[in-house]
Amino acid sequence: MTADGAALPRRSASRQRLGGLGSALGSTAAFVAVVLLLAVAWEAAKWIAGDPWREALGMPINPPHFPPFHIKQFSDLNLPHVWDVVGAFSRPSVRNSPFTLGAVLIDAAVFTGRSAVLGFAVGAVVGLGLAIVFVRSKLLERALVPYVIATQTVPIVALAPMLVLWVGREWTSVVLVSAYLTFFPVTIAGIRGLSSPDPRSLELMRSYAASDWSVLWKVRFPAALPYLFTAFKISATASVVGAIVGEEPTGIRGGLGRAILQFNTQYSSGPEKLWAVVMVSAALGIVFFVIVRLTEMVVLRNRTLPTDL
Amino acid sequence: MTRLRYYLPAVAVFVLVIAGWELLVALLHIERFLLPPPSEIVRSLVEEWPTLSAAGTTTLIEAVGGFFIGLAAGLVVAFATARFAVARAGLMPFAIAANAVPIVAFAPIMNNWFGVASPLSKMMIVSVLVFFPVMINVVRGLTSADPATLELMRSYAASEQEIVRKVRIPAALPYFFTALKVGATLSLIGAIVGEYFGGANDALGRLIVENAAFLHFSTAWAAIIIAAALGIAFYLLIITVERATMPWHASMRARDA
Amino acid sequence: MSGETSTALQAIDLAIAPGEFVSLIGPSGCGKSTLLRIIGDLTAPSVGNVTVNGKPARQARRDRDYGMVFQAPVLFDWRTIEQNVQLPLEIIGVGRGERQRRATEMLALVELSDFAGHHPWQLSGGMQQRAAIARALAFEPTLLLMDEPFGALDEMTRERMNDELLRIWERTGTTIVFVTHSIPEAVFLSSRIVVMSPRPGRITDLVEVDLRRPRTDATRESERYFELITQVREALRAPERRSVLR
Repeated sequence: MTADGAALPRRSASRQRLGGLGSALGSTAAFVAVVLLLAVAWEAAKWIAGDPWREALGMPINPPHFPPFHIKQFSDLNLPHVWDVVGAFSRPSVRNSPFTLGAVLIDAAVFTGRSAVLGFAVGAVVGLGLAIVFVRSKLLERALVPYVIATQTVPIVALAPMLVLWVGREWTSVVLVSAYLTFFPVTIAGIRGLSSPDPRSLELMRSYAASDWSVLWKVRFPAALPYLFTAFKISATASVVGAIVGEEPTGIRGGLGRAILQFNTQYSSGPEKLWAVVMVSAALGIVFFVIVRLTEMVVLRNRTLPTDL
Repeated sequence: MTRLRYYLPAVAVFVLVIAGWELLVALLHIERFLLPPPSEIVRSLVEEWPTLSAAGTTTLIEAVGGFFIGLAAGLVVAFATARFAVARAGLMPFAIAANAVPIVAFAPIMNNWFGVASPLSKMMIVSVLVFFPVMINVVRGLTSADPATLELMRSYAASEQEIVRKVRIPAALPYFFTALKVGATLSLIGAIVGEYFGGANDALGRLIVENAAFLHFSTAWAAIIIAAALGIAFYLLIITVERATMPWHASMRARDA
Repeated sequence: MSGETSTALQAIDLAIAPGEFVSLIGPSGCGKSTLLRIIGDLTAPSVGNVTVNGKPARQARRDRDYGMVFQAPVLFDWRTIEQNVQLPLEIIGVGRGERQRRATEMLALVELSDFAGHHPWQLSGGMQQRAAIARALAFEPTLLLMDEPFGALDEMTRERMNDELLRIWERTGTTIVFVTHSIPEAVFLSSRIVVMSPRPGRITDLVEVDLRRPRTDATRESERYFELITQVREALRAPERRSVLR
């Protein structure tokens, strides 16, 4: 082997992969820590300024604790105790129902999740397609990008009922709403990413008399992947939001949207149930995010660019 | 290329779409209540202007109010976090995950906390929506300073405060404006989604929902157009502020949304 | 070939024989890179024409008669070294087995076989450039166009890369057109040096390099080597002196 300057490779790929895994574990631990801290702060706020504490974790407190201050938002109605919310999962969802809230919510989450996955897929494909068209044709970009941006200022919540009327099928409308919220970040990131390759790479391809399709597939698309994944992380959660938002006006049963509406109307009789739905919705969004992040770690494992989550 | 020529294709598309829409509805005899033609929508816009503008004002106030609350909170937390690497390592993952929580999940809770009829509840919803992008982006921005520049400042024995003022803040500006742009559009949408769950009647979200329920789609569309216009106006306002603050950078942003 | 443009290049009339190693040298703005790009059909001349292997430059590019190496290696981050070398072969449509074989052969030629599975960012600058050369030669072009390929390397690495390049040249018999800033490099490598000067870009001199091959470190210390360097240096200065005298 001829020596020329530094002959040894700088970093082994496996060492870098381990580093990435380590930071992911660190982030998860930090996340859990913050959640625990929040739970402590939650109860502390109630201790100081909530409703009187007569029992905690199922055990009575004698004599009851009367907090020195009173802030309306920390009352038992508005901020139920953490253990009440957690406990609600194992209690029946409605009186006389054979199903626990936990079971019902998990079913609802799967139901909504299915729409969200499809919405994400459709949105990602449409977004990427638009990006490819816009990179190909500057004219089309100038003509259409303002409207693409404008679509995001239209509250999709408002269009949803009309969508059901036009499309006719409820589930399709939900997927469309989900896709509507998903495609935009993908389009913008796609345009950036597809135009990101070094002009010299493009010249190189020209010197090979490579076809436009070749250039797209071999140069532009791989260069765009990091940008696309940043967008996918945003779109992952947007697709869940879209699915939930889409479910409500269409009145579709079985999903988280319906559950939110239902427990919102029943708030005074069981505030912890709404909070439980909030947590499940949050969890669904986070699950999608984590899946995309894991996929990113695999697909982009050989690149040098780091990300902070 | 002159400004005019640059925007010509977009304008052409607009004209074509409106004309095509109008023609299609007429030619295919589409039910007016299903898809109102532009002329019908404009008529509603004009006729119902008092209601629409009042509603628009309410929603705008909610959106802008929430925007500033979220902005302030985001900035405070970002500056506090950026300073301490430990806080950063802990809070960033949480913030990014929290950003993943669907707004629709906590909108009803905010309504319950701050009163359904009060604009404050919608402002709080908006502020939560705006808080996270601001915090995440400003932290990224503050920590994005080129290490070579920081070394230079240290060689001048510059104080930490001076470094923040002269290096970190200018470096953070592009990220800050990205966050503002995201926040601007989110704030309108957040206000409307919040209203969807209940609120005073003279707000755009409620107008849209109620008119759609009664199949008065042309009024609903008119309200939607106003909502979109407000969002675009807010966004353009941010861009104007950005161009004024960072003329050197804005010119590079030809490709940015 | 002959080509003529009014702004960047003027009255270029140059013929290069197969198997020659020709260097283009001159100060910034003399158009040497532009000339290289015109030969490679990456830029079109406004007047005049370029013939490569008896065909117009555009056809030669379409027929993939030449490989190019730029100053930056321009390797793709997401591909291993071996996959990078295979890139032109994929585009031409060579089958997988054949691609593998040729890539392995090329990597052996530039002595990077041990790093076939590594990624570009794991290699030093010199090694990346060797990979770029391997890629340029992968489809066995008859002509190699090189635009200051060793400009970003330190002097010692550069000298070693020059030795490498000559070794590869002798093995493959490719015609090489080599753009450089460095007089010693041009003299060491070439059979002929084209001296250019700017404003307008034109050829001002042609220097035959009669140093014996194979050229080694001994060549670098020979008297003839220094004479030729002086000759080229004076040829580069001459246009200035002429304008000063006027």
